[in-house]
Amino acid sequence: MNEEKEKGNILEEVTSSEYKYGFVTDIETETAPIGLTEDTIHYISNKKNEPEWLLEYRLKAYRHWLTIEEPDWALLNHPPIDYQNIIYYAAPKQKKELESLDEVDPELLDTFKKLGISLDEQKMLTGVAVDAVIDSVSVKTTFQDTLAKHGIIFCSFSDAVKEHPELVKKYMGTVVPYTDNFFAALNCAVFSDGSFCYIPKGVRCPIELSTYFRINAANTGQFERTLLVADEGSYVSYLEGCTAPQRDENQLHAAIVEIITHDDAEVKYSTVQNWYPGDKNGVGGIYNFVTKRGLCKGHNSKISWTQVETGSAITWKYPSCTLLGDNSIGEFYSVAVTNHHQQADTGTKMIHIGKNTKSTIISKGISAGKSNNTYRGLVRVSKKADNARNFSQCDSLLLGDKCGAHTFPYIKNNNRSSVVEHEATTSKISEDQLFYCQQRGIDTEKSIGLIVNGYAKEVLNKLPMEFAVEAQKLLAITLEGSVG
Amino acid sequence: MLLNIKDLHVSINGKEILKGLNLGVNKGEVHAIMGPNGTGKSTLAAAITGREGYEITSGEIIYKGEVINDLAPDERANKGVFLSFQYPVEIPGVSITNFMRTALNAKREFLGEDPIPAGEFLKKMEEKKKLVDIQSKLTNRSVNEGFSGGEKKKNEIFQMAMLEPTMAILDETDSGLDIDALKVVANGVNALRSEDNGFVVITHYQRLLDYIVPDFVHVMYDGKIVKSGGKGLALELEEKGYDWIKEQL
Ligand SMILES: Nc1ncnc2c1ncn2[C@@H]1O[C@H](COP(=O)(O)OP(=O)(O)OP(=O)(O)O)[C@@H](O)[C@H]1O
Ligand SMILES: [Mg+2]
Repeated sequence: MNEEKEKGNILEEVTSSEYKYGFVTDIETETAPIGLTEDTIHYISNKKNEPEWLLEYRLKAYRHWLTIEEPDWALLNHPPIDYQNIIYYAAPKQKKELESLDEVDPELLDTFKKLGISLDEQKMLTGVAVDAVIDSVSVKTTFQDTLAKHGIIFCSFSDAVKEHPELVKKYMGTVVPYTDNFFAALNCAVFSDGSFCYIPKGVRCPIELSTYFRINAANTGQFERTLLVADEGSYVSYLEGCTAPQRDENQLHAAIVEIITHDDAEVKYSTVQNWYPGDKNGVGGIYNFVTKRGLCKGHNSKISWTQVETGSAITWKYPSCTLLGDNSIGEFYSVAVTNHHQQADTGTKMIHIGKNTKSTIISKGISAGKSNNTYRGLVRVSKKADNARNFSQCDSLLLGDKCGAHTFPYIKNNNRSSVVEHEATTSKISEDQLFYCQQRGIDTEKSIGLIVNGYAKEVLNKLPMEFAVEAQKLLAITLEGSVG
Repeated sequence: MLLNIKDLHVSINGKEILKGLNLGVNKGEVHAIMGPNGTGKSTLAAAITGREGYEITSGEIIYKGEVINDLAPDERANKGVFLSFQYPVEIPGVSITNFMRTALNAKREFLGEDPIPAGEFLKKMEEKKKLVDIQSKLTNRSVNEGFSGGEKKKNEIFQMAMLEPTMAILDETDSGLDIDALKVVANGVNALRSEDNGFVVITHYQRLLDYIVPDFVHVMYDGKIVKSGGKGLALELEEKGYDWIKEQL
């Protein structure tokens, strides 16, 4: 009932078609000189007081990056990115190391408050621990003490490098090596901060963990990385949210997320991606080139990706699962909405290596305006993956006739005992449906919001409650002005 | 007069379907409209409720003294005009509960009222479900998705009961109903019938009119109302068919 109520309110709340998070925080920022050379990498590494091994890793990645080209196979159109015209490091100036929340710049606290995220543990939604990252650094991680009691490590990536170097060294780059792709190599060279999480053996993380990313400074790129390790028999549900100010120039975001699950471990990773999408005419917005991958290393382990993609001018993103352990399970649930001039090329890869591995892919693309929305997926079953199972369903919903929806499902099945199933549909919101809602007194925009949320329900239901509510609002907001 | 339709001409894609239709409904009245297939009964319902593509080329639809020819469909609905659809539409993923709450609150917002409190809403749902004898489980399901023909029609009457319209148009709500469901639907309508509202009931069968007794019966033919009378007219039609009326024209 409560949920129904929330849903009702959400649709009512949605009245302005502005991007609500477009404000800029006026804080003193320290930035690296513009452009990218080995000096930039030394600068970043130095700022972060990094150990030698990490600097070496960065430099190797950088040298590799220099030898490769930006990929061009995605169905995306954008002017060439000038990598020398980007600032690779920006940090809110802070006087000293923080001991408590009182010492965090009030402007920053205010920023997160405006975004609906309280960093004050007393005032927080119970049950969610947050790592707040602004531009290149983590500002604050909440509930660390509570988590420490369970032996859970949840901290900024920089802190993890200092305090748990053995864990970082052991796992970093094992799922997404710097050679993986152009944007991954770039991230490995210049990544600034991000989150690190380790759940020890047999521990079920009692609260949701969450990282909130915010780009604030102009002309900067954001290159964070997240590393999540679930040891044997552990469980964690992890949320990621992001926003950016409204600016006329495009900004680059190239992140890496790596997840490792050991035997019998499970990770649920949920994203609500709401980077600034650009304006109605396609000016500005974030270029979002992200590499996310999970490795089901252990037997009976499970990784589940749920994403709601509403933001960014360009989205290039394929959260994937490598199913190495026998009986391991990979899931991908996605809603991608594009409006105006937004472009999304997103999907997943499910690589079946272990026996009896299972994967499920549910993708709901919604396109409006002059946008383009592409599902691109790969299901690969290796020779040894006996009895592997995959089920994929890719649905596209079109609003209007100037937008595009495309589906590219690649299937490579090398094992005869395995079954790969694929279903796809393309539909439009029918005039009948719209009129039916309107006849009940619901105006056009709310009707579309209602129908679209219904369409995406299967995926939205996979999100933790607070996020589901947020996501529903976002879907409705994103599609405002898409008809009429 | 609650609803006053004067010399209404309506075209779809340039083709004239309603050709000078007149109809007046006072508060407290039930009007039945009968007529052969394809004569424009559903077109009339669509024109009154403001469906896109139904172009009023001349004439007026006056509701509560206001010409509503150019009002948006949701505005007409919020002013109290309701249509029970001949072919109810499926909306996957949207539960009836959610749908009704959204609709009720849209109306309340239109009237400058606060959203309905959860408790009050639930109570109302229970009450109206009983009225049309629909199972509790049904309202948790998506609107009309996988509903049987009868369930769809009952759901229309349920929504009517929830939204308490002033002017309700029922377009063949009786088609496809078994006798028990027919009684339930009729009881639903009779319970809502009052001195303050009016009904237009479109039907092919006199049978329904045994349960919802009309004040007037109209025969529609080729885009016009060609004959009007009391409830006896329905019986006459049942007996003789439409040919004798055509001959009179
Ligand atoms: N969208 C449309 N495009 C073209 N013609 C239409 C459209 N809708 C209705 N018509 C035509 O208008 C005429 C009247 O149709 P309408 O549905 O109003 O009839 P009806 O009296 O309700 O019939 P029935 O008893 O079969 O329900 C028919 O000839 C029909 O084919
Ligand atoms: Mg009809």
